[in-house]
Amino acid sequence: MLFEYIAIATLIVLAVIVALIAIGLGELFGPKKKMEEKSMPYESGMTPYGPGTRRMPVRFYLIAVLFILFDIEVVFFLPWAIVFRQLGLFGLIEMAVFIAILLVGYIYAWKKGALEWE
Amino acid sequence: MIWEWLIKALVLIFTLLIGFGYLTYYERRALAFIQSRLGPNRAGPQGLMQWMADAVKLIFKEELTPDNAYKLVFFLSPVVTMVPSIVIAAVIPWGPPVTLFGQTFNQYVADINVGILYLMSIASIAVYGIVLAGWSSNNKYAMMGGLRSSAQMISYELTLGLSFVVVILMAGSMSLVEIVEAQREVTWFAVIQPVGAILFFIATLAEVNRHPFDMPEAEQEIVAGYHTEYSGMKFALFFMAEYQKMIVISAIMTTLFFGGYLGPGVDRFPWLGPLYMAIKIIILLFFMIWVRASWPRIRYNRLMAFGWKVMLPLALALVFITATGILLADTMGNPWLMAIIPVLSLIAGWIATLMVDRSLRRKSYA
Repeated sequence: MLFEYIAIATLIVLAVIVALIAIGLGELFGPKKKMEEKSMPYESGMTPYGPGTRRMPVRFYLIAVLFILFDIEVVFFLPWAIVFRQLGLFGLIEMAVFIAILLVGYIYAWKKGALEWE
Repeated sequence: MIWEWLIKALVLIFTLLIGFGYLTYYERRALAFIQSRLGPNRAGPQGLMQWMADAVKLIFKEELTPDNAYKLVFFLSPVVTMVPSIVIAAVIPWGPPVTLFGQTFNQYVADINVGILYLMSIASIAVYGIVLAGWSSNNKYAMMGGLRSSAQMISYELTLGLSFVVVILMAGSMSLVEIVEAQREVTWFAVIQPVGAILFFIATLAEVNRHPFDMPEAEQEIVAGYHTEYSGMKFALFFMAEYQKMIVISAIMTTLFFGGYLGPGVDRFPWLGPLYMAIKIIILLFFMIWVRASWPRIRYNRLMAFGWKVMLPLALALVFITATGILLADTMGNPWLMAIIPVLSLIAGWIATLMVDRSLRRKSYA
């Protein structure tokens, strides 16, 4: 079983090497003429102003928090799905209760407008 | 032992690299065919060497790094985006075991018993590369692209995860080899759970930032999104990652829903396995290109609303319908009772479509 993970590790190392070779080829053969205009941030030809990374809308944080909630729900689903045939009706009802509790939160988030992007 | 791993890994990497090259060619030719143009047909016979010409051109381009970029992260993020797109393919079985030089070889790099969990975790690593690329470029457009992409990918990951749950329920295992073998006994899971397959397809389109969900690189709004500042081979790595993800995700969809390497005569001639895989992958890729040619990009707020308000509840409902159907078939001891799964899920999908239609009509966007 552990050998399988060594095989994956081999693949990861080789993939990183391929990626580095690709960048290396570009660095090796590409021209290098530095100009001030070239190394400016690209803003469709306008002279850039202000910082490049600025404050972002809070909606993105909200989505991230909701994602964590529901992703953990999905993670709970996975082991349940594997042993579902052994659990039978008991498993179905247990999961129904779990989902019902989560749905309350989902409906609350929806009604509060957390899912709106206007 | 170590040689077997090395050779398998190298074969997988080169298959994906050459597949990437021909996929760009295939996409351009297919798009041209749909729009009644010719497409690239100059380099080599029928333009078959076009990808090589593109690669050579990109190698001889200048590698620009903006002065105010965060240099290390700027350098690393193409690598972080590209590596998972190859590594995720490690658990996909490409065919049944074959006998070569008196030894039996399995046609996969690794068969781990948490295969689906592995797919989910590696798929989420790709988000890091894109977000870091957007952030480290220190450019407003790139930043917006990275943010959009992260929000979109995590929203659709929920649906993707729930579609995986549907498959696990039917197969009773997380190992991809066992999932394929489970489809040998019943039938393709796409037949039992057609709506699940469609949901999976839509979610993967959003995961790989393809049309009509390619908001992170919407040219008209934010130039090229997260890779605005990238040029030369670093840009090529992002491009490579996107197309390799398309191939790999089609392979995953084939494995989960369309019977993987199974097909007529595959038991007697195990070498037919990869061929069947390739045919199914090419058909699925054609659907992805067809979607690109047919639909305009959808608006960002609609994209998020669709993900959270339609896909997520529908996927939850499908998990329940599948569980109920399996329970019924098991307790009654009649496998034909599984037939209520496609019926009920098609009804659920139809209701969801009706509700989307109604909500769009009510607001009457001008």
